[in-house]
Amino acid sequence: MSEQLNYLLARAAKGLMSRREFVGRAGALGVSAALASTLLASAARAEEPKKGGLLRSGMAGGESTNSLDPALAASEVPFAVNMMWGEMLVDVNAKGEIDYRIAEEISSSPDATEWKFKIRKGVEYHDGSTVTADDVVATLKRHTDEKSQSGALGIVKDIIDMKAEGDMVTLKLASGNADLPFLMGDYHLIIQPGGGIENPTAGIGAGPYKIVANEPGIRHTFEKHANYFDSTMGHADQTEIIVINDNTARTSALQAGQIHMMNRVDPKIVGLLKGAPGISIQAVAGRGHYVFIMHCDKAPFDNNDLRMALKLSVNRQEMVDKILGGLGSRGNDFPINAAYPLFDDTIPQREYDAAAAAEAYKKSGHDGSPIVLQVAAGAFPGAIEAAQLFQQSANAAGIPLEVKREPDDGYWSNVWNVAPFCASYWGGRPVQDQMYSTAYLSTADWNDTKFKDPKFDETLIAARAELDPVKRKAEYSELANNLRDNGGLICPMFNDFVEAKRDEVGGWQPDPNGELMNGRALAKCWLNT
Amino acid sequence: MHPVVKLVTQRLALGLLLMLAVSALIFFGVEALPGDTAQAMLGQSATPEALANLREKMGLNEPVLWRYGHWLYGFLTGDMGVALTNGEDIAKSVGGRLGNTLFLAFWAALISVPLAILLGLLAARYNGRWPDRLISGVTLATISLPEFVAGYLVLYFLAVKLQLFPAMSMVFPGMGVFERLSAIILPVIVLVMVVLAHMMRMTRAAILNVMQSAYIETAELKGLSPLTVIWRHAFPNAIAPVVNVVMLNLAYLVVGVVVVEVVFVYPGMGQYLVDHVTKRDLPVVQACGMIFAAVYIGLNILADVVSILANPRLRHPK
Repeated sequence: MSEQLNYLLARAAKGLMSRREFVGRAGALGVSAALASTLLASAARAEEPKKGGLLRSGMAGGESTNSLDPALAASEVPFAVNMMWGEMLVDVNAKGEIDYRIAEEISSSPDATEWKFKIRKGVEYHDGSTVTADDVVATLKRHTDEKSQSGALGIVKDIIDMKAEGDMVTLKLASGNADLPFLMGDYHLIIQPGGGIENPTAGIGAGPYKIVANEPGIRHTFEKHANYFDSTMGHADQTEIIVINDNTARTSALQAGQIHMMNRVDPKIVGLLKGAPGISIQAVAGRGHYVFIMHCDKAPFDNNDLRMALKLSVNRQEMVDKILGGLGSRGNDFPINAAYPLFDDTIPQREYDAAAAAEAYKKSGHDGSPIVLQVAAGAFPGAIEAAQLFQQSANAAGIPLEVKREPDDGYWSNVWNVAPFCASYWGGRPVQDQMYSTAYLSTADWNDTKFKDPKFDETLIAARAELDPVKRKAEYSELANNLRDNGGLICPMFNDFVEAKRDEVGGWQPDPNGELMNGRALAKCWLNT
Repeated sequence: MHPVVKLVTQRLALGLLLMLAVSALIFFGVEALPGDTAQAMLGQSATPEALANLREKMGLNEPVLWRYGHWLYGFLTGDMGVALTNGEDIAKSVGGRLGNTLFLAFWAALISVPLAILLGLLAARYNGRWPDRLISGVTLATISLPEFVAGYLVLYFLAVKLQLFPAMSMVFPGMGVFERLSAIILPVIVLVMVVLAHMMRMTRAAILNVMQSAYIETAELKGLSPLTVIWRHAFPNAIAPVVNVVMLNLAYLVVGVVVVEVVFVYPGMGQYLVDHVTKRDLPVVQACGMIFAAVYIGLNILADVVSILANPRLRHPK
């Protein structure tokens, strides 16, 4: 038995077998699931990284318009490129904990309004200079400036004072925030020499790889940063990110061995790819979710009974099965799932209930005119099909839902955040507070459901400064229930990150924070030859 | 003045005039869109002050005709400005992309044009018999297949299954010529499949048309072999329509292959233009528009000139 178990372990550790498959097969040998998981974790650790070689990824989500300025990163390829050359103060790891990077120690005042970050000594940039506390302050300052157009502006704007003393950075916040260290792991907040104020697109950072060639929309190549401070990362000598936006081309390149890993496997072909030799599918439950959003301040969606009727008329399981090919989980009309710390799993799952939906619709007193849902194919993969499923299940409950197709071009500027009822996508955030603060606080820039509830805001801000996890969890549960029952968000499903890698790639660990091991796959994996 | 020189000069002058008209169309067309470049750059975060500053800096407050002249002059001297989205020099990034596109088009043309004409001659020679039917059938089948289907088929069989050629046609600066050639084999195959039929059918039709003439009968009665008749007597008189079709296909190889570029991850102009249109990066769109127009007009002038030169009545006036 132990021989068989060892064989299974070796295969699972190399990524030839999924964790679930391993636990299942080990179970057949009489090993409990808990023990199997422990065995697997130690086997994965025991595998020695191999140094050298050229590791390549093929990615969707890159354009020839991409910039190296980390403040502007918005799509998948710039994100992955920045994670190659850049380092933040901290990383959020796969378990949802803080990994110290540029910062090596963090402490806060009891009310979480003043934070001290101790900067690691002797961390070197690619140009040979050393990372200083002044660089950290300058970087954060640049992101607080509206002119930088930083995607992290919402995160840093609560910092009212920042100063550097020796190797210590002190940040003062307008109000307490127990999650600040997690926010500093945001991928925009890469520490740059002089804060990147002089030359934001220089691409000089303290990350594991230096940029060799930067051809936006085509490819990005890197070589190992010889003086990188962390020996557990950066195994390959060279890495390359190739932009392959076409699904078929990307999959073919992986099958032909021209790339070692890829993001965004089309759920429709997962079943076919599973049989392909030399390739394994990696599905990771993430925090991204596909949504239909209603503006709570516009008729007819200003009526909570109507909103509830629509929420009740979504067949979530059908959507997970048909749109995600089973690679995902049902949503519950609030943007949080079990991938977040302090998630309350006792909140009941909302089910499709045509009778209850019809009743709520009747109660809303809606005049029976068509309720128009605006959708573009690019809102999320399978958006049109999902909207059509929604239309059918809603019509079955007597709700006159109609789908209106919009062009992809201009969808995010002309329809999203403008039309009262449309499809959208959220990528998720590392912590609950950030997700709620980004999109559900009354004053949030991206409050795309126009949900404005003083009670909600109050609880959210109180939870933010709460350092006691038990109380905090209760407060988050209250927020979730409030949004679930009163909000403008219809969240039918959370999608998995579905990725694929070749068997020769070692060191792969699932990471719910982002695609391709939160952008670090090329730095953390190695090539077994 | 020799009438041929006069005709050619006329064509060239007309082409330049057309280019000027196209440039005006592109410039004023973009100008007519709501919002201006400064607004596009600043996006949602535009404050009136920032807008005014940027307009001043970019010279957007100057009269429109002055700006048109300035833009045209810059274009002619190789200064196309910088892309709004990533601040890169347009001339530099377009240059690389255009080079790649022309490289691919050149090799596709080098194979497809002689092949198409040869097949056209053969089809005309064996008109109505099985070689004609085979050639027509196969080439019509390949042109009827949408490019992306042809691309995926080639990709699946030659790259994934047989692993003969690379699946991605990534080329980059510093790559050797032979490496480049081996990288572009698959897209060249697909492009040849797509353009072959049109040129082949035109050659065949033009030659068959000429074959009805009396002088062909004379040549046949003289005892020349059928292929010699076609090559020496029929083909020279069929050049004009063939050249026109060849040029149209060459223009397509340069400006219309975005789908093939996407399927084979080839860094050409098409994908570059599409990316910038999506992001409303107008200076780049203008530059690409001008280049595509220049290629189209240039190739058409060339076709005109060649047909003029191929016409003996114009070459040897009485």
